[in-house]
Amino acid sequence: MNPVPASSAATLLAVSYLESTARTRLLGVLDPGSFTEYLPPQDRLTSPHLPQLDAPVSFDDGVVIGSGTLAGRRVAIASQEGGFMGGAVGEIHGAKLVGLLQRAVVDRVDAVLLLLDTGGVRLHEANAGLIAVSEVMRAVLDTRAAGIPVFVLIGGSNGCFGGMGIVACCANAIVMSEEGRLALSGPEVIETAHGVEEFDSRDRALVWRTTGGKHRTLIGDAQQLVADDIGAFRAAAHDLLRATATDDRARGPVGLTLDALDAEQAMLARRLERFGDAHDPMEIWSALGIAAPQDLPMLDAQAFTQIVARQRKEL
Amino acid sequence: MDWQTLADRLFPQGHQITQHDCVLRGTAQVAGDTVAVIGTTDHTPIGVDIALIQAQAVLDTVRTAPGRPIVLLVDTQGQRLRHRDEMLGINHYMAHLGKCIDFARRQGHPVIGLVYDQALSGGFITSGLMADACHALPDATIRVMGLPAMARITKVPEEKLTDLARHNPVFAPGAGNYLSMGGLEAIWEGDLAAALAASIAQVRAQFAAEGPVDRRSERGSVRGGRRLAQPVARAVRDSAPVQMPPVVAA
Repeated sequence: MNPVPASSAATLLAVSYLESTARTRLLGVLDPGSFTEYLPPQDRLTSPHLPQLDAPVSFDDGVVIGSGTLAGRRVAIASQEGGFMGGAVGEIHGAKLVGLLQRAVVDRVDAVLLLLDTGGVRLHEANAGLIAVSEVMRAVLDTRAAGIPVFVLIGGSNGCFGGMGIVACCANAIVMSEEGRLALSGPEVIETAHGVEEFDSRDRALVWRTTGGKHRTLIGDAQQLVADDIGAFRAAAHDLLRATATDDRARGPVGLTLDALDAEQAMLARRLERFGDAHDPMEIWSALGIAAPQDLPMLDAQAFTQIVARQRKEL
Repeated sequence: MDWQTLADRLFPQGHQITQHDCVLRGTAQVAGDTVAVIGTTDHTPIGVDIALIQAQAVLDTVRTAPGRPIVLLVDTQGQRLRHRDEMLGINHYMAHLGKCIDFARRQGHPVIGLVYDQALSGGFITSGLMADACHALPDATIRVMGLPAMARITKVPEEKLTDLARHNPVFAPGAGNYLSMGGLEAIWEGDLAAALAASIAQVRAQFAAEGPVDRRSERGSVRGGRRLAQPVARAVRDSAPVQMPPVVAA
Protein backbone atom coordinates (compact mmCIF):
# COMPACT_ATOMS: atom_id res chain seq x y z
CA MET A 1 0.00 0.00 0.00
CA ASN A 2 1.46 3.31 -1.02
CA PRO A 3 -0.02 6.15 1.05
CA VAL A 4 1.64 8.89 -1.02
CA PRO A 5 -1.07 10.54 -3.16
CA ALA A 6 1.15 11.40 -6.10
CA SER A 7 4.57 10.09 -6.89
CA SER A 8 6.75 12.64 -5.11
CA ALA A 9 9.57 12.01 -7.57
CA ALA A 10 7.27 13.04 -10.42
CA THR A 11 6.27 16.20 -8.58
CA LEU A 12 9.87 17.22 -8.28
CA LEU A 13 10.77 16.26 -11.82
CA ALA A 14 7.88 16.59 -14.23
CA VAL A 15 7.73 13.99 -16.99
CA SER A 16 5.81 15.18 -20.03
CA TYR A 17 2.73 13.02 -20.55
CA LEU A 18 2.46 14.36 -24.10
CA GLU A 19 5.91 13.23 -25.08
CA SER A 20 5.86 9.85 -23.35
CA THR A 21 4.94 6.52 -24.88
CA ALA A 22 1.80 4.62 -23.90
CA ARG A 23 3.81 2.30 -21.66
CA THR A 24 5.65 5.10 -19.88
CA ARG A 25 2.38 6.88 -19.14
CA LEU A 26 0.75 3.73 -17.86
CA LEU A 27 3.68 2.77 -15.64
CA GLY A 28 3.92 6.32 -14.32
CA VAL A 29 0.25 6.43 -13.37
CA LEU A 30 0.41 3.09 -11.51
CA ASP A 31 2.32 2.17 -8.36
CA PRO A 32 5.84 1.02 -9.26
CA GLY A 33 6.06 -2.70 -9.98
CA SER A 34 2.29 -3.26 -9.78
CA PHE A 35 1.48 -3.68 -13.48
CA THR A 36 0.50 -6.99 -15.04
CA GLU A 37 -0.07 -6.86 -18.79
CA TYR A 38 -2.75 -8.87 -20.60
CA LEU A 39 -1.95 -10.11 -24.12
CA PRO A 40 1.54 -8.58 -24.07
CA PRO A 41 3.54 -7.98 -27.25
CA GLN A 42 5.18 -11.41 -26.82
CA ASP A 43 1.81 -12.88 -27.85
CA ARG A 44 2.21 -11.14 -31.22
CA LEU A 45 -1.47 -10.56 -31.74
CA THR A 46 -1.45 -8.37 -34.83
CA SER A 47 -4.10 -6.91 -37.08
CA PRO A 48 -5.22 -9.26 -39.86
CA HIS A 49 -6.32 -6.30 -41.98
CA LEU A 50 -3.35 -3.92 -42.12
CA PRO A 51 -1.13 -6.07 -44.36
CA GLN A 52 -3.69 -5.71 -47.19
CA LEU A 53 -2.89 -1.99 -47.25
CA ASP A 54 0.85 -2.60 -46.97
CA ALA A 55 0.61 -0.93 -43.56
CA PRO A 56 2.87 -2.00 -40.66
CA VAL A 57 1.49 -4.03 -37.75
CA SER A 58 2.25 -3.79 -34.04
CA PHE A 59 2.57 -6.71 -31.62
CA ASP A 60 0.14 -5.07 -29.20
CA ASP A 61 -2.04 -3.54 -31.96
CA GLY A 62 -1.45 -0.13 -30.48
CA VAL A 63 -2.89 -0.56 -27.00
CA VAL A 64 -1.41 -1.76 -23.71
CA ILE A 65 -3.89 -3.32 -21.29
CA GLY A 66 -3.64 -4.90 -17.87
CA SER A 67 -4.10 -4.36 -14.17
CA GLY A 68 -2.23 -2.75 -11.32
CA THR A 69 -2.64 -0.53 -8.32
CA LEU A 70 -2.80 3.22 -7.83
CA ALA A 71 -2.00 4.19 -4.23
CA GLY A 72 -2.94 0.65 -3.36
CA ARG A 73 -6.33 0.62 -5.10
CA ARG A 74 -6.88 -2.03 -7.75
CA VAL A 75 -7.46 -0.72 -11.24
CA ALA A 76 -7.83 -2.09 -14.75
CA ILE A 77 -5.92 0.12 -17.15
CA ALA A 78 -5.48 0.66 -20.88
CA SER A 79 -3.10 3.00 -22.66
CA GLN A 80 -3.29 3.74 -26.37
CA GLU A 81 -0.04 4.19 -28.30
CA GLY A 82 -0.48 7.27 -30.47
CA GLY A 83 2.71 6.45 -32.31
CA PHE A 84 1.06 3.45 -33.97
CA MET A 85 -1.64 4.32 -36.52
CA GLY A 86 -2.50 7.42 -34.49
CA GLY A 87 -3.83 5.27 -31.67
CA ALA A 88 -6.75 4.33 -33.87
CA VAL A 89 -9.07 1.45 -33.00
CA GLY A 90 -9.03 -1.66 -35.17
CA GLU A 91 -10.59 -5.07 -34.60
CA ILE A 92 -8.00 -6.39 -32.14
CA HIS A 93 -7.29 -3.06 -30.46
CA GLY A 94 -11.02 -2.63 -29.80
CA ALA A 95 -11.45 -6.22 -28.61
CA LYS A 96 -8.61 -5.75 -26.10
CA LEU A 97 -10.44 -2.73 -24.66
CA VAL A 98 -13.74 -4.62 -24.54
CA GLY A 99 -12.08 -7.60 -22.85
CA LEU A 100 -10.42 -5.33 -20.28
CA LEU A 101 -13.72 -3.66 -19.40
CA GLN A 102 -15.42 -7.06 -19.05
CA ARG A 103 -12.60 -8.39 -16.90
CA ALA A 104 -12.83 -5.32 -14.68
CA VAL A 105 -16.36 -6.47 -13.83
CA VAL A 106 -15.25 -10.06 -13.20
CA ASP A 107 -12.34 -8.94 -11.00
CA ARG A 108 -14.39 -6.23 -9.24
CA VAL A 109 -11.57 -3.70 -9.49
CA ASP A 110 -12.00 -0.26 -7.91
CA ALA A 111 -11.98 1.55 -11.27
CA VAL A 112 -10.99 1.39 -14.92
CA LEU A 113 -8.51 3.95 -16.23
CA LEU A 114 -8.48 4.60 -19.98
CA LEU A 115 -5.46 6.57 -21.18
CA LEU A 116 -6.80 7.59 -24.58
CA ASP A 117 -4.60 8.93 -27.38
CA THR A 118 -6.51 8.25 -30.55
CA GLY A 119 -7.94 9.47 -33.83
CA GLY A 120 -10.93 7.13 -33.36
CA VAL A 121 -11.86 4.40 -35.81
CA ARG A 122 -8.83 2.97 -37.63
CA LEU A 123 -9.85 3.80 -41.18
CA HIS A 124 -7.65 0.99 -42.52
CA GLU A 125 -10.09 -1.39 -40.83
CA ALA A 126 -13.04 0.89 -41.43
CA ASN A 127 -16.12 -1.28 -40.86
CA ALA A 128 -14.51 -3.54 -38.25
CA GLY A 129 -13.16 -0.48 -36.47
CA LEU A 130 -16.53 1.25 -36.35
CA ILE A 131 -18.26 -1.78 -34.85
CA ALA A 132 -15.34 -2.21 -32.43
CA VAL A 133 -15.70 1.36 -31.15
CA SER A 134 -19.42 0.76 -30.70
CA GLU A 135 -18.61 -2.34 -28.65
CA VAL A 136 -16.17 -0.36 -26.50
CA MET A 137 -18.86 2.27 -25.94
CA ARG A 138 -21.32 -0.34 -24.74
CA ALA A 139 -18.68 -2.13 -22.67
CA VAL A 140 -17.93 1.15 -20.84
CA LEU A 141 -21.62 1.49 -20.01
CA ASP A 142 -21.83 -2.19 -19.00
CA THR A 143 -18.91 -1.68 -16.62
CA ARG A 144 -20.53 1.41 -15.12
CA ALA A 145 -23.82 -0.46 -14.80
CA ALA A 146 -21.93 -3.10 -12.79
CA GLY A 147 -20.93 -0.35 -10.33
CA ILE A 148 -17.34 0.09 -11.49
CA PRO A 149 -16.41 3.65 -12.46
CA VAL A 150 -14.49 4.40 -15.66
CA PHE A 151 -12.12 7.37 -15.81
CA VAL A 152 -10.56 8.78 -18.96
CA LEU A 153 -7.19 10.57 -19.16
CA ILE A 154 -6.42 12.64 -22.28
CA GLY A 155 -3.08 14.31 -22.89
CA GLY A 156 -1.45 12.62 -25.88
CA SER A 157 -0.54 14.19 -29.19
CA ASN A 158 -3.45 12.56 -31.04
CA GLY A 159 -6.01 13.85 -28.56
CA CYS A 160 -9.23 11.85 -28.38
CA PHE A 161 -11.22 12.01 -31.59
CA GLY A 162 -13.86 10.21 -33.60
CA GLY A 163 -15.89 7.50 -31.95
CA MET A 164 -13.46 7.46 -29.03
CA GLY A 165 -14.37 11.09 -28.35
CA ILE A 166 -17.89 9.75 -27.86
CA VAL A 167 -16.64 6.86 -25.72
CA ALA A 168 -14.79 9.34 -23.46
CA CYS A 169 -18.07 11.13 -22.73
CA CYS A 170 -19.59 7.81 -21.67
CA ALA A 171 -17.11 7.57 -18.78
CA ASN A 172 -17.68 8.86 -15.24
CA ALA A 173 -15.05 11.59 -15.52
CA ILE A 174 -12.44 12.99 -17.89
CA VAL A 175 -9.07 14.45 -16.92
CA MET A 176 -7.24 16.49 -19.56
CA SER A 177 -4.12 18.50 -19.98
CA GLU A 178 -4.25 21.70 -22.00
CA GLU A 179 -2.31 19.89 -24.70
CA GLY A 180 -4.94 17.15 -24.84
CA ARG A 181 -7.77 17.59 -27.32
CA LEU A 182 -11.25 16.13 -27.23
CA ALA A 183 -13.68 16.30 -30.15
CA LEU A 184 -15.50 14.25 -32.75
CA SER A 185 -14.35 15.17 -36.26
CA GLY A 186 -10.80 16.35 -36.69
CA PRO A 187 -10.25 19.86 -38.11
CA GLU A 188 -8.78 18.31 -41.28
CA VAL A 189 -11.94 16.34 -41.91
CA ILE A 190 -14.11 19.42 -41.46
CA GLU A 191 -11.85 21.46 -43.67
CA THR A 192 -12.01 18.76 -46.36
CA ALA A 193 -15.80 18.75 -46.19
CA HIS A 194 -16.55 22.47 -45.99
CA GLY A 195 -13.39 24.38 -46.79
CA VAL A 196 -10.79 26.32 -44.94
CA GLU A 197 -13.28 29.11 -44.14
CA GLU A 198 -15.29 26.66 -42.02
CA PHE A 199 -12.34 25.39 -39.96
CA ASP A 200 -8.73 26.19 -40.76
CA SER A 201 -6.91 23.07 -39.61
CA ARG A 202 -3.57 24.90 -39.79
CA ASP A 203 -4.69 27.60 -37.35
CA ARG A 204 -3.24 25.87 -34.29
CA ALA A 205 -4.55 28.48 -31.86
CA LEU A 206 -8.11 28.03 -33.19
CA VAL A 207 -7.79 24.23 -33.08
CA TRP A 208 -6.72 24.35 -29.43
CA ARG A 209 -9.33 26.93 -28.49
CA THR A 210 -11.98 24.68 -30.00
CA THR A 211 -10.86 21.20 -28.91
CA GLY A 212 -8.21 21.71 -26.21
CA GLY A 213 -8.34 20.82 -22.54
CA LYS A 214 -9.07 24.31 -21.28
CA HIS A 215 -12.16 24.81 -23.44
CA ARG A 216 -13.43 21.32 -22.62
CA THR A 217 -12.93 21.96 -18.92
CA LEU A 218 -14.61 25.35 -19.09
CA ILE A 219 -17.76 24.06 -20.77
CA GLY A 220 -17.88 21.09 -18.41
CA ASP A 221 -17.01 18.15 -20.68
CA ALA A 222 -13.77 17.51 -18.81
CA GLN A 223 -13.87 17.51 -15.01
CA GLN A 224 -10.27 18.49 -14.34
CA LEU A 225 -7.39 20.20 -16.13
CA VAL A 226 -3.89 19.13 -15.16
CA ALA A 227 -0.37 20.10 -16.22
CA ASP A 228 1.40 18.09 -18.90
CA ASP A 229 3.01 15.85 -16.32
CA ILE A 230 2.48 12.14 -15.73
CA GLY A 231 2.57 12.77 -11.97
CA ALA A 232 -0.25 15.30 -12.30
CA PHE A 233 -2.37 12.79 -14.21
CA ARG A 234 -1.64 10.18 -11.55
CA ALA A 235 -2.66 12.60 -8.79
CA ALA A 236 -5.90 13.47 -10.60
CA ALA A 237 -6.73 9.80 -11.16
CA HIS A 238 -6.01 9.16 -7.50
CA ASP A 239 -8.37 11.97 -6.48
CA LEU A 240 -11.13 10.42 -8.57
CA LEU A 241 -10.49 6.98 -7.07
CA ARG A 242 -10.51 8.37 -3.56
CA ALA A 243 -13.74 10.25 -4.14
CA THR A 244 -15.28 7.03 -5.42
CA ALA A 245 -14.27 5.13 -2.33
CA THR A 246 -15.09 7.67 0.36
CA ASP A 247 -17.78 9.93 -0.98
CA ASP A 248 -20.46 7.51 -2.02
CA ARG A 249 -23.39 9.89 -1.76
CA ALA A 250 -21.73 12.97 -3.20
CA ARG A 251 -20.55 11.30 -6.37
CA GLY A 252 -23.89 9.71 -7.18
CA PRO A 253 -24.48 6.28 -8.70
CA VAL A 254 -21.71 4.89 -10.91
CA GLY A 255 -24.12 3.73 -13.59
CA LEU A 256 -26.62 5.76 -15.59
CA THR A 257 -29.85 6.93 -13.97
CA LEU A 258 -32.87 8.69 -15.39
CA ASP A 259 -32.32 11.66 -13.11
CA ALA A 260 -28.69 12.01 -14.18
CA LEU A 261 -29.64 11.76 -17.86
CA ASP A 262 -32.37 14.38 -17.39
CA ALA A 263 -29.84 16.67 -15.74
CA GLU A 264 -27.38 16.10 -18.58
CA GLN A 265 -30.14 16.82 -21.12
CA ALA A 266 -30.90 20.09 -19.34
CA MET A 267 -27.22 21.06 -19.16
CA LEU A 268 -26.68 20.38 -22.87
CA ALA A 269 -29.86 22.29 -23.77
CA ARG A 270 -28.68 25.23 -21.66
CA ARG A 271 -25.32 25.16 -23.42
CA LEU A 272 -27.02 25.32 -26.83
CA GLU A 273 -29.26 28.14 -25.70
CA ARG A 274 -26.45 30.22 -24.23
CA PHE A 275 -23.65 29.55 -26.70
CA GLY A 276 -25.35 28.26 -29.84
CA ASP A 277 -24.75 31.52 -31.70
CA ALA A 278 -21.08 31.90 -30.73
CA HIS A 279 -18.54 31.86 -33.54
CA ASP A 280 -15.39 31.42 -31.51
CA PRO A 281 -14.76 29.65 -28.20
CA MET A 282 -13.47 32.94 -26.80
CA GLU A 283 -17.02 34.34 -27.03
CA ILE A 284 -18.14 31.44 -24.85
CA TRP A 285 -15.37 32.08 -22.31
CA SER A 286 -16.38 35.71 -22.22
CA ALA A 287 -20.05 34.81 -21.71
CA LEU A 288 -18.95 32.54 -18.86
CA GLY A 289 -17.54 35.60 -17.11
CA ILE A 290 -13.86 35.13 -17.86
CA ALA A 291 -12.58 38.71 -17.69
CA ALA A 292 -9.67 38.36 -20.10
CA PRO A 293 -10.46 35.39 -22.36
CA GLN A 294 -7.56 36.19 -24.66
CA ASP A 295 -5.17 35.45 -21.77
CA LEU A 296 -6.68 32.06 -20.93
CA PRO A 297 -4.41 30.00 -23.23
CA MET A 298 -1.37 31.45 -21.42
CA LEU A 299 -2.37 30.33 -17.90
CA ASP A 300 -0.81 27.25 -16.35
CA ALA A 301 -3.13 24.50 -15.10
CA GLN A 302 -3.16 25.71 -11.50
CA ALA A 303 -3.90 29.36 -12.31
CA PHE A 304 -6.53 28.24 -14.82
CA THR A 305 -8.24 25.98 -12.29
CA GLN A 306 -8.46 28.80 -9.75
CA ILE A 307 -9.93 31.27 -12.23
CA VAL A 308 -12.54 28.95 -13.67
CA ALA A 309 -13.68 27.35 -10.40
CA ARG A 310 -16.40 29.97 -9.96
CA GLN A 311 -17.56 30.13 -13.59
CA ARG A 312 -17.97 26.38 -13.93
CA LYS A 313 -20.55 26.28 -11.16
CA GLU A 314 -22.91 28.19 -13.44
CA LEU A 315 -23.03 25.54 -16.15
CA MET B 1 -37.05 4.43 -49.93
CA ASP B 2 -38.70 7.60 -48.58
CA TRP B 3 -39.80 7.40 -44.97
CA GLN B 4 -43.55 7.60 -45.70
CA THR B 5 -43.39 4.53 -47.94
CA LEU B 6 -41.21 2.80 -45.37
CA ALA B 7 -43.59 3.68 -42.53
CA ASP B 8 -46.59 2.34 -44.47
CA ARG B 9 -44.81 -0.97 -45.02
CA LEU B 10 -43.40 -1.21 -41.46
CA PHE B 11 -46.60 -0.17 -39.71
CA PRO B 12 -49.62 -1.34 -41.73
CA GLN B 13 -51.71 -1.17 -38.54
CA GLY B 14 -51.13 2.56 -38.47
CA HIS B 15 -48.64 5.19 -37.40
CA GLN B 16 -48.57 8.76 -36.11
CA ILE B 17 -45.13 9.88 -37.26
CA THR B 18 -44.40 13.52 -37.99
CA GLN B 19 -41.42 15.15 -39.62
CA HIS B 20 -39.93 18.35 -38.23
CA ASP B 21 -37.01 19.52 -40.31
CA CYS B 22 -35.25 16.19 -40.83
CA VAL B 23 -36.26 14.56 -37.56
CA LEU B 24 -38.94 11.86 -37.41
CA ARG B 25 -40.86 11.33 -34.22
CA GLY B 26 -44.08 9.65 -33.20
CA THR B 27 -45.73 6.35 -32.40
CA ALA B 28 -46.91 3.38 -34.41
CA GLN B 29 -48.80 0.14 -33.97
CA VAL B 30 -46.98 -3.18 -34.26
CA ALA B 31 -48.83 -6.46 -33.66
CA GLY B 32 -51.40 -4.61 -31.56
CA ASP B 33 -48.72 -2.92 -29.47
CA THR B 34 -47.67 0.75 -29.47
CA VAL B 35 -44.05 1.52 -30.32
CA ALA B 36 -42.12 4.80 -30.20
CA VAL B 37 -40.53 5.88 -33.47
CA ILE B 38 -37.45 8.12 -33.54
CA GLY B 39 -35.43 8.80 -36.66
CA THR B 40 -34.02 11.06 -39.32
CA THR B 41 -34.51 11.49 -43.04
CA ASP B 42 -32.99 13.13 -46.14
CA HIS B 43 -29.52 11.81 -45.15
CA THR B 44 -29.39 14.63 -42.64
CA PRO B 45 -26.14 15.11 -40.77
CA ILE B 46 -26.50 14.68 -36.99
CA GLY B 47 -25.42 17.84 -35.21
CA VAL B 48 -25.80 18.95 -31.62
CA ASP B 49 -29.41 20.09 -32.15
CA ILE B 50 -30.71 16.85 -33.66
CA ALA B 51 -28.82 14.68 -31.15
CA LEU B 52 -30.44 16.60 -28.30
CA ILE B 53 -33.94 16.34 -29.79
CA GLN B 54 -33.56 12.60 -30.26
CA ALA B 55 -32.18 12.14 -26.75
CA GLN B 56 -35.21 13.99 -25.38
CA ALA B 57 -37.51 11.70 -27.35
CA VAL B 58 -35.84 8.65 -25.81
CA LEU B 59 -36.03 10.08 -22.29
CA ASP B 60 -39.71 11.01 -22.79
CA THR B 61 -40.46 7.44 -23.82
CA VAL B 62 -38.63 5.99 -20.82
CA ARG B 63 -40.48 8.31 -18.44
CA THR B 64 -43.98 8.07 -19.88
CA ALA B 65 -44.18 4.59 -21.39
CA PRO B 66 -42.11 2.00 -19.51
CA GLY B 67 -41.15 -1.00 -21.62
CA ARG B 68 -42.45 0.49 -24.86
CA PRO B 69 -40.35 -0.67 -27.84
CA ILE B 70 -38.33 2.05 -29.56
CA VAL B 71 -37.80 1.88 -33.33
CA LEU B 72 -34.86 3.92 -34.65
CA LEU B 73 -35.18 4.79 -38.35
CA VAL B 74 -31.68 5.60 -39.58
CA ASP B 75 -30.87 7.78 -42.57
CA THR B 76 -27.89 10.04 -42.01
CA GLN B 77 -24.72 11.08 -43.78
CA GLY B 78 -23.01 10.99 -40.38
CA GLN B 79 -22.09 13.57 -37.79
CA ARG B 80 -22.38 17.22 -38.77
CA LEU B 81 -18.98 18.45 -39.93
CA ARG B 82 -19.07 22.03 -38.70
CA HIS B 83 -16.87 24.11 -36.43
CA ARG B 84 -19.89 25.18 -34.37
CA ASP B 85 -20.78 21.61 -33.49
CA GLU B 86 -17.23 20.78 -32.45
CA MET B 87 -16.95 23.96 -30.39
CA LEU B 88 -20.15 23.07 -28.52
CA GLY B 89 -18.93 19.51 -27.88
CA ILE B 90 -20.80 17.40 -30.42
CA ASN B 91 -19.10 14.27 -29.07
CA HIS B 92 -20.78 14.92 -25.73
CA TYR B 93 -24.19 15.46 -27.37
CA MET B 94 -23.85 12.24 -29.32
CA ALA B 95 -22.60 10.33 -26.29
CA HIS B 96 -25.62 11.61 -24.40
CA LEU B 97 -27.94 10.27 -27.12
CA GLY B 98 -26.11 6.95 -27.00
CA LYS B 99 -26.37 6.83 -23.20
CA CYS B 100 -30.11 7.56 -23.33
CA ILE B 101 -30.64 4.68 -25.75
CA ASP B 102 -28.43 2.42 -23.63
CA PHE B 103 -30.39 3.34 -20.53
CA ALA B 104 -33.68 2.60 -22.30
CA ARG B 105 -32.37 -0.86 -23.26
CA ARG B 106 -31.36 -1.57 -19.68
CA GLN B 107 -34.82 -0.54 -18.48
CA GLY B 108 -36.32 -3.19 -20.75
CA HIS B 109 -37.34 -1.12 -23.76
CA PRO B 110 -36.59 -3.26 -26.82
CA VAL B 111 -34.63 -0.95 -29.13
CA ILE B 112 -34.75 -1.90 -32.81
CA GLY B 113 -32.68 -0.06 -35.40
CA LEU B 114 -33.38 0.00 -39.13
CA VAL B 115 -31.01 1.57 -41.65
CA TYR B 116 -33.45 2.35 -44.46
CA ASP B 117 -31.16 4.53 -46.57
CA GLN B 118 -27.74 5.72 -45.37
CA ALA B 119 -25.74 5.27 -42.20
CA LEU B 120 -22.33 6.74 -41.59
CA SER B 121 -19.87 6.78 -38.77
CA GLY B 122 -20.83 9.01 -35.84
CA GLY B 123 -24.44 9.19 -36.95
CA PHE B 124 -24.64 5.40 -36.82
CA ILE B 125 -22.61 4.71 -33.69
CA THR B 126 -25.09 6.58 -31.48
CA SER B 127 -28.24 5.32 -33.22
CA GLY B 128 -28.47 1.94 -34.94
CA LEU B 129 -25.31 0.61 -33.33
CA MET B 130 -26.79 1.31 -29.86
CA ALA B 131 -29.91 -0.78 -30.61
CA ASP B 132 -30.52 -4.25 -29.23
CA ALA B 133 -30.83 -5.37 -32.83
CA CYS B 134 -30.00 -3.30 -35.88
CA HIS B 135 -31.25 -4.21 -39.32
CA ALA B 136 -30.96 -2.74 -42.79
CA LEU B 137 -32.81 -2.71 -46.07
CA PRO B 138 -30.87 -4.53 -48.80
CA ASP B 139 -29.72 -1.42 -50.68
CA ALA B 140 -28.80 0.59 -47.58
CA THR B 141 -25.41 2.27 -47.62
CA ILE B 142 -23.36 1.86 -44.47
CA ARG B 143 -19.82 3.16 -44.18
CA VAL B 144 -17.40 5.03 -41.99
CA MET B 145 -16.32 8.03 -44.05
CA GLY B 146 -16.27 9.33 -47.61
CA LEU B 147 -13.27 8.11 -49.56
CA PRO B 148 -11.72 11.56 -50.27
CA ALA B 149 -11.55 12.41 -46.57
CA MET B 150 -10.35 8.88 -45.81
CA ALA B 151 -7.56 9.22 -48.37
CA ARG B 152 -6.44 12.45 -46.78
CA ILE B 153 -6.34 10.97 -43.29
CA THR B 154 -4.77 7.59 -44.12
CA LYS B 155 -2.40 8.99 -46.77
CA VAL B 156 -3.43 6.06 -48.96
CA PRO B 157 -4.17 7.26 -52.54
CA GLU B 158 -7.87 7.64 -53.29
CA GLU B 159 -7.61 5.36 -56.36
CA LYS B 160 -6.27 2.55 -54.21
CA LEU B 161 -9.03 3.06 -51.65
CA THR B 162 -11.67 3.06 -54.38
CA ASP B 163 -10.25 -0.16 -55.74
CA LEU B 164 -10.09 -1.85 -52.31
CA ALA B 165 -13.62 -0.76 -51.45
CA ARG B 166 -14.90 -2.82 -54.39
CA HIS B 167 -13.93 -6.19 -52.99
CA ASN B 168 -12.73 -5.91 -49.39
CA PRO B 169 -15.48 -6.70 -46.85
CA VAL B 170 -13.78 -4.87 -43.98
CA PHE B 171 -13.36 -1.86 -46.14
CA ALA B 172 -16.26 -1.81 -48.56
CA PRO B 173 -19.49 0.00 -47.74
CA GLY B 174 -22.72 -1.97 -47.74
CA ALA B 175 -25.20 -3.74 -45.53
CA GLY B 176 -23.94 -7.23 -46.44
CA ASN B 177 -20.52 -6.55 -45.00
CA TYR B 178 -21.95 -5.20 -41.76
CA LEU B 179 -24.11 -8.31 -41.55
CA SER B 180 -21.13 -10.64 -41.88
CA MET B 181 -19.23 -8.66 -39.25
CA GLY B 182 -22.09 -8.84 -36.76
CA GLY B 183 -22.87 -5.12 -36.86
CA LEU B 184 -26.29 -5.92 -38.29
CA GLU B 185 -28.64 -8.57 -37.00
CA ALA B 186 -30.31 -9.14 -40.38
CA ILE B 187 -31.19 -7.61 -43.71
CA TRP B 188 -34.92 -7.19 -44.11
CA GLU B 189 -36.67 -8.04 -47.34
CA GLY B 190 -40.33 -8.76 -48.08
CA ASP B 191 -42.77 -8.31 -45.18
CA LEU B 192 -41.14 -5.56 -43.10
CA ALA B 193 -43.98 -5.46 -40.57
CA ALA B 194 -43.58 -9.15 -39.80
CA ALA B 195 -39.80 -8.78 -39.54
CA LEU B 196 -40.18 -5.90 -37.07
CA ALA B 197 -42.72 -7.73 -34.92
CA ALA B 198 -40.49 -10.80 -34.84
CA SER B 199 -37.43 -8.74 -33.90
CA ILE B 200 -39.25 -7.03 -31.02
CA ALA B 201 -40.43 -10.39 -29.71
CA GLN B 202 -36.93 -11.84 -30.02
CA VAL B 203 -35.30 -8.92 -28.22
CA ARG B 204 -37.87 -9.10 -25.42
CA ALA B 205 -37.20 -12.81 -24.97
CA GLN B 206 -33.44 -12.32 -25.01
CA PHE B 207 -33.64 -9.48 -22.50
CA ALA B 208 -35.80 -11.56 -20.18
CA ALA B 209 -33.32 -14.44 -20.38
CA GLU B 210 -29.96 -12.65 -20.33
CA GLY B 211 -30.37 -8.89 -19.84
CA PRO B 212 -28.89 -6.31 -22.23
CA VAL B 213 -26.05 -8.38 -23.75
CA ASP B 214 -24.00 -7.40 -26.78
CA ARG B 215 -23.79 -10.36 -29.17
CA ARG B 216 -22.19 -8.62 -32.12
CA SER B 217 -18.66 -9.97 -31.82
CA GLU B 218 -20.08 -13.48 -31.45
CA ARG B 219 -22.13 -12.99 -34.64
CA GLY B 220 -19.10 -11.59 -36.44
CA SER B 221 -17.08 -14.61 -35.45
CA VAL B 222 -19.76 -17.15 -36.42
CA ARG B 223 -20.52 -15.40 -39.70
CA GLY B 224 -16.84 -15.12 -40.54
CA GLY B 225 -16.64 -11.39 -41.23
CA ARG B 226 -14.91 -10.42 -37.99
CA ARG B 227 -13.33 -13.51 -36.60
CA LEU B 228 -10.91 -12.19 -34.00
CA ALA B 229 -12.92 -9.70 -31.95
CA GLN B 230 -14.73 -12.27 -29.82
CA PRO B 231 -11.82 -14.63 -29.08
CA VAL B 232 -9.54 -11.71 -28.18
CA ALA B 233 -12.06 -10.08 -25.84
CA ARG B 234 -12.86 -13.43 -24.27
CA ALA B 235 -9.20 -14.28 -23.73
CA VAL B 236 -8.71 -11.02 -21.84
CA ARG B 237 -11.91 -11.41 -19.83
CA ASP B 238 -11.19 -15.02 -18.85
CA SER B 239 -7.42 -14.61 -18.49
CA ALA B 240 -6.95 -17.44 -20.97
CA PRO B 241 -5.06 -17.93 -24.23
CA VAL B 242 -6.74 -16.67 -27.41
CA GLN B 243 -8.80 -19.47 -28.93
CA MET B 244 -8.74 -18.90 -32.67
CA PRO B 245 -12.08 -19.70 -34.31
CA PRO B 246 -12.22 -22.41 -36.96
CA VAL B 247 -12.00 -21.12 -40.50
CA VAL B 248 -15.43 -20.92 -42.10
CA ALA B 249 -16.34 -20.69 -45.75
CA ALA B 250 -16.88 -17.11 -46.84
